[in-house]
Amino acid sequence: MKLTGAKILMEVLKDEGVDTIFGFPGGAVIDIYDELARTDIRHVLVRHEQGAVHAADGYARAGSRVGVCLVTSGPGATNTVTGIASAYLDSIPIVVFTGQVPTQLIGNDAFQEVDIVGITRPCTKHNFLVQRTEDLGRVVKEAFFIARSGRPGPVLVDLPKNVMNTATDFKMPGEVSLRSYNPTYNPNAKQLKRVVDLIIEADRPMIFAGGGVILSKGSKELTEFARKIQAPVTTSLMGLGAFPGSDPLWLGMIGMHGTYQANLCTGQCDLMVSIGVRFDDRVTGKTDTFASQAKIVHIDIDPTSIRKNVPVTIPVVGDCKSALEHLNTLLDETDLGNLKKKRKPWLDQIVEWKSTTPLDYKQDDQTIKPQYVVEKLFEVSKGEAIITTEVGQNQMWAAQYYHFEKPNHFITSGGLGCMGFGLPAAIGAQAACPDRLVVDIAGDGSLQMNIQEMTTAVQHGLPVKVVLLNNGYLGMVRQWQELFYDRRYSSTCLDCAPDFVKLAEAYGAVGLRAERPEDVVPVLKEGLFSPHMVIMDFRVTKEESVYPMVPAGAPITEMLLV
Amino acid sequence: MKEEKHVLSLLVDNEPGVLSRIAGLFSGRGYNIESLCVAETMEAGVSRVTIVTKANEPLVEQIKKQLNKLVNVIKVHELTGNAFVNREMLLIKVFAKPEHRAEILRIVDIFRCKVVDVGKEHYTIEVTGDEGKMAAILSLLKPIGIKEIARTGAIALFREPK
Repeated sequence: MKLTGAKILMEVLKDEGVDTIFGFPGGAVIDIYDELARTDIRHVLVRHEQGAVHAADGYARAGSRVGVCLVTSGPGATNTVTGIASAYLDSIPIVVFTGQVPTQLIGNDAFQEVDIVGITRPCTKHNFLVQRTEDLGRVVKEAFFIARSGRPGPVLVDLPKNVMNTATDFKMPGEVSLRSYNPTYNPNAKQLKRVVDLIIEADRPMIFAGGGVILSKGSKELTEFARKIQAPVTTSLMGLGAFPGSDPLWLGMIGMHGTYQANLCTGQCDLMVSIGVRFDDRVTGKTDTFASQAKIVHIDIDPTSIRKNVPVTIPVVGDCKSALEHLNTLLDETDLGNLKKKRKPWLDQIVEWKSTTPLDYKQDDQTIKPQYVVEKLFEVSKGEAIITTEVGQNQMWAAQYYHFEKPNHFITSGGLGCMGFGLPAAIGAQAACPDRLVVDIAGDGSLQMNIQEMTTAVQHGLPVKVVLLNNGYLGMVRQWQELFYDRRYSSTCLDCAPDFVKLAEAYGAVGLRAERPEDVVPVLKEGLFSPHMVIMDFRVTKEESVYPMVPAGAPITEMLLV
Repeated sequence: MKEEKHVLSLLVDNEPGVLSRIAGLFSGRGYNIESLCVAETMEAGVSRVTIVTKANEPLVEQIKKQLNKLVNVIKVHELTGNAFVNREMLLIKVFAKPEHRAEILRIVDIFRCKVVDVGKEHYTIEVTGDEGKMAAILSLLKPIGIKEIARTGAIALFREPK
């Protein structure tokens, strides 16, 4: 039977199990939208294409599957670039379909034509321009396969209009196999044996886990591994939730705004077992001094992550979960001696660091401290909310004070640090998990970058909750200006701002406000359990800063404290 | 760490945009390209890319890994450090006044190259060889007068066991 390209696309999407698409229509994709309306696939109509990509990102992370976007050519396509770059840096599996002008017009500077394949080449895992309807089914299959396999990432498929409205014979392509693309899943057994030897030798080991553990669904194995070897665990921002925040071995996050004990551990440890991380500069600080006493084991599915930023003693290329499973089996077969006794001085040292210099702030009875709001949010939501964040101080306080127990509960733009991420990502997460409480911890600067998506949430009945830490500043930049630019607050004061309560109401959502510390819990209780979308506007201390802080480029052990 | 030349040989899918992915990887990550040659192989749909880059040891490792990561790259080999044959080709248009012609032909003979075009006042000479040979003949012909040159990058293959 002959099917049009648009119809073929729908067939393959159904075959891939796609039930939700985030998108925005336009001339070049009108045939696709015509077919889409005749399927059971839910289309979430965003109000800006950047929102569609972030929503697909949130959907992918909360639901552990591939997120899908559909946008038109030209500006529709260029508006997706920021979202794609964010998903690329965080290794999130999404497939973005962009419309394109008909093939005979490509290269003619036609109306709404851009070379989106050229533009997104450096920020996608791979991308395709489909030239013939006959190729469409295979290409879409390959796009999903590439997005979800190996180190996941965004894949873009550019769809010229004539390819979509031409009909051709169609048979569903079989399993994808690409000669030039074979990620290594199984780690080398000899290397893992060497890792076990190092673990036995070590006096002061630590584990540094990242987003790779969450992507490979290896949290359970990581927890088992840490308990077996009695090593303290830190994670990167992307790794929060990979290890339970209530475990005694938990150190807190590492890095520029990491905890005192996590950062000090990196300087003192003699073995760092790093799993699914990429040693970002926000983690290592000055790389020459990073973990200078330690042998470093690096387990990652992407060989380019290994030895890119720091020298490594034992590289292990492979899937994090498989590697951890192998290691746990090896450890079971090995006589580890009395590890608890051997590790005691090291673990005692860490307890001392934790108790002398915990994460800290001082709540007075006058103004609300932003950290207090996040702490109370943790309590009122019983630590079970899926949290998305914007970028800046709000993001760091969320990371520090919401003690994540489980993976896939913290959704943030880690690598790109993309303001405007949290609200659309929350919408995507809510679409993936309709029965869960989804909260965007926001700042007043970031929230305004994609505020238009409130309509999307209201229209589609996705009752996300925004906990707005409203300090009237672009707080993180203001903090840098305070500390390193002699308090010259150049363009960081947002004293002209909308009334967020009225704004919520104008969008058909609920707006609540808290101005005093005693308002915080009642507002959270009212807002979080509402069946509607809610903005909770917490008027917090204007010039509060995030501590600890390691100045950019300094050794990670040299922290500014409260 | 010392920067050295490395010859990399890649087998890639012969598809539109593949060269741009490779060139974009080098420019985007600040890697150096000394020369780059691309042409089809005997296998339909597969091209060979030969890249000469200058990098220190850890960086060339990273370059190879990054190239391998590109979905369209089938195989990456480093020739440097192994036995391999390496050739470039050079076309030199040299001013050939009557009093210089004999000397030019003598140089052509010594270097075992060919005159492929003769004009009223110019010879065009075809040279193949490695980089050293190119440099040598250019330095000998320069005093006589070179109008222009065109030159390929290196192409290379592993030597087979004897």
